[in-house]
Amino acid sequence: MRKNIVLCGVGGQGTVLASRLISAAAMKKGIPVMSAETIGMAQRGGSVFSHLRLGEGIFSPMIARGEADLILAFEPGEAVRMLPYLREGGQVVVSSRPVMPVTATLSGAVYRAEDMLDHLRKHVKNLLIVDADRAMAQVGSPKVLNLILLGAALKADALGLTEEDLKNAILEKIPEKFHALNLKALAYAKENM
Amino acid sequence: MHSEFLMGNEAIALGAIAAGVNLACGYPGTPSTEVLETVAKRRGDNVYVEWSVNEKTAMEMAAGAAYAGARALVTMKQMGLNVASDPFMCLSYIGVKGGLVVLVADDPGPISSQTEQDSRTFAAFSKAPVFDPSDPQEAYDMIQAAFDFSEQYQTPVLLRPTTRVSHGYASIRVKDPEEYRVHTPEGFVRDSSHWVIFPRLSYQNHLKLEKRNAELSRADSPWNLLLPGSGRKGVAASGISFTYVMEARPEGLPVFKAGMPFPFPEKQAAEFLSGLDEVLCVEELDPFIERQLIWVCGKYGLKTKILGKLTGHIPAAGENTRDGVADAIAAFLGTPRTAPAPAETPPLPVRPPVLCAGCPHRASFYAVKQAMKGQKTVFCGDIGCYTLGNAQPLDMVDTCLCMGAGLGIAQAIRHLEKDRQCFAFVGDSTFFASAIPGVVNAVYNQAEFTLIVLDNSTTAMTGHQPHPGTGKTAMGQAVDAISIESVLRGIGVQAVETVDPLDHTLAVETVKRVSALPGVKAVIFKSPCVVLAKPQGRAKVDGEKCVGCKKCIRELGCPALSFAEGKAAIDAAQCVGCSLCAQICPVSAISGGEAHA
Repeated sequence: MRKNIVLCGVGGQGTVLASRLISAAAMKKGIPVMSAETIGMAQRGGSVFSHLRLGEGIFSPMIARGEADLILAFEPGEAVRMLPYLREGGQVVVSSRPVMPVTATLSGAVYRAEDMLDHLRKHVKNLLIVDADRAMAQVGSPKVLNLILLGAALKADALGLTEEDLKNAILEKIPEKFHALNLKALAYAKENM
Repeated sequence: MHSEFLMGNEAIALGAIAAGVNLACGYPGTPSTEVLETVAKRRGDNVYVEWSVNEKTAMEMAAGAAYAGARALVTMKQMGLNVASDPFMCLSYIGVKGGLVVLVADDPGPISSQTEQDSRTFAAFSKAPVFDPSDPQEAYDMIQAAFDFSEQYQTPVLLRPTTRVSHGYASIRVKDPEEYRVHTPEGFVRDSSHWVIFPRLSYQNHLKLEKRNAELSRADSPWNLLLPGSGRKGVAASGISFTYVMEARPEGLPVFKAGMPFPFPEKQAAEFLSGLDEVLCVEELDPFIERQLIWVCGKYGLKTKILGKLTGHIPAAGENTRDGVADAIAAFLGTPRTAPAPAETPPLPVRPPVLCAGCPHRASFYAVKQAMKGQKTVFCGDIGCYTLGNAQPLDMVDTCLCMGAGLGIAQAIRHLEKDRQCFAFVGDSTFFASAIPGVVNAVYNQAEFTLIVLDNSTTAMTGHQPHPGTGKTAMGQAVDAISIESVLRGIGVQAVETVDPLDHTLAVETVKRVSALPGVKAVIFKSPCVVLAKPQGRAKVDGEKCVGCKKCIRELGCPALSFAEGKAAIDAAQCVGCSLCAQICPVSAISGGEAHA
């Protein structure tokens, strides 16, 4: 198996944990993993990404344009930003919920999630849009967007991993008191989408 | 051996532990920080670890340990090597007894740095050998070899990863604890002919260094790699760029990797060059390999054409990318890539990094801004999260150079412009690292300026390391914190006041009063970093009362604030309830959060 996955969003949204869970699940199955991500100043509200590469014979943790099998986007605008990385026929899973940039709020510039989603609808054949507000309300926490999106990626069968693989990773990597909430978030897509 | 999924920096730390490191120290700096954090977390009981007050002190600590025969690791980012350059340059002449590895992480881009300096060039300048890993596994293996090498040649050595190696993750093979080497230091042996640097000794050691480096240059290092191939063209690379080359490499393309770029492996390089008409050098930061290959061509009378940064075939600045390298190699080989034209993109949101919602620095900057309204001022900033105070709408950073520089700049501007109110802003960790001499200088030389210490009780930007003001050490020991206020008073700063920046009215009043005093004066804004303290308050907008004046949005630039349907709105997922917006709302439409006034 060989998979190239781009996770993207805005600093503070929890992309790193999602990347870690996929890695842990893959490692458990004996699949070699390489990854690279944004650390440093951009974590303070800037655009952030993780590149994640699963499989044998990989030299570089970075993904090239047109090479990603999956873009897991925590924010519509960030999905569009990373779109050049998607391979022909690749899958995009995206949260519908925009994060307003301070620059737009200040200047009064219009930033509409719908414009971004329209662009994705027009250019991506395999697109799964997650109504994040509804999902988070139903799961009962604004903090588990990452697990909701991972669940959606499982539903789209885009990870090369099973629900069981990710469940085990959650149990291993996340403190016990959050297990129930995270498992509920992971199951959301399967049960509701 | 077993496999672990590790960040490059974690791998380096485990490599140092496996090599029997006895003492590890450093100063935080992206992208190097996780090395020391991991040594602290995973060390055995007999390994001493500290966050030193700055890189110079850390380098001197490591030197002392190595003098005593210990294996020592000192960590920093590339800018840190500038701070530590005084002891480092001298140490290269004096040498070591125990192995000493200087881990310096470079930052092509730059992503979180002021310069794109290249520590390979620093290695050549200092005459100390440098190892340049291209992935986390190699970094793990290399640091163990680097300790042996350092001891064998009795010299400090550099290990220089770059951001993508330091912060890249990989599943790598690491030793089990039973396989770790145990290194028992002999102890310091008095010998002033060896450890006291005098001009005569420097001269003698300089001769020895040049002779050693010339020999090393002709030796075969296992860290340099020659992948033979066919054809008359080849590629030379190092670091992460080597992996980009390998991803793009067509079958049979000869490749040379300089894993130990200084002393430059001239013999191995000449072997690679012979028979090649053209070589493309793929590297980041300086055209280091490129210049060395040009030198090798001259020395060995080779006609090979060397291409790279100097010839415009590789970008002179910034990070290399998979695509950029693939394009450069394709152009070099005359086989252009056929990439599909990217679809036209709608305008994307610009997302510069911002101070977090509820960050006390925002309140501090805003208080000074309000207090100094209408006056002729200069606000000299510094390195840390608070550099972000430069962004609109705060716009409170007029200068930023390097750690601690704001104090000197503010003092000097005032000497030239007597009608200007000069301020220097410095964080708590930076205060201890590099601001104290600036305060001494100001008091002694009768400067006129206001020092603002932004004390959030941590080293925030690099991921919350302790410092002398926090009362905690790298090994988790609780100790007496050093009081910034006492230090300032001890130096002779007459007016020193500590105030909570989130009490807006008091903060403004304090800045007005203190800055009007003569001489050197200081305001310490004390409030913990919200990422650490995680306050649970939430502010909310009363839609009935909000008149939609946007003052909160326009003045504060808080990422939790936005404007929707004619009213201010607060994002509950981001707000921590600092209440600054509530305090400045002209119609009291915002409530909730913590009371500070």
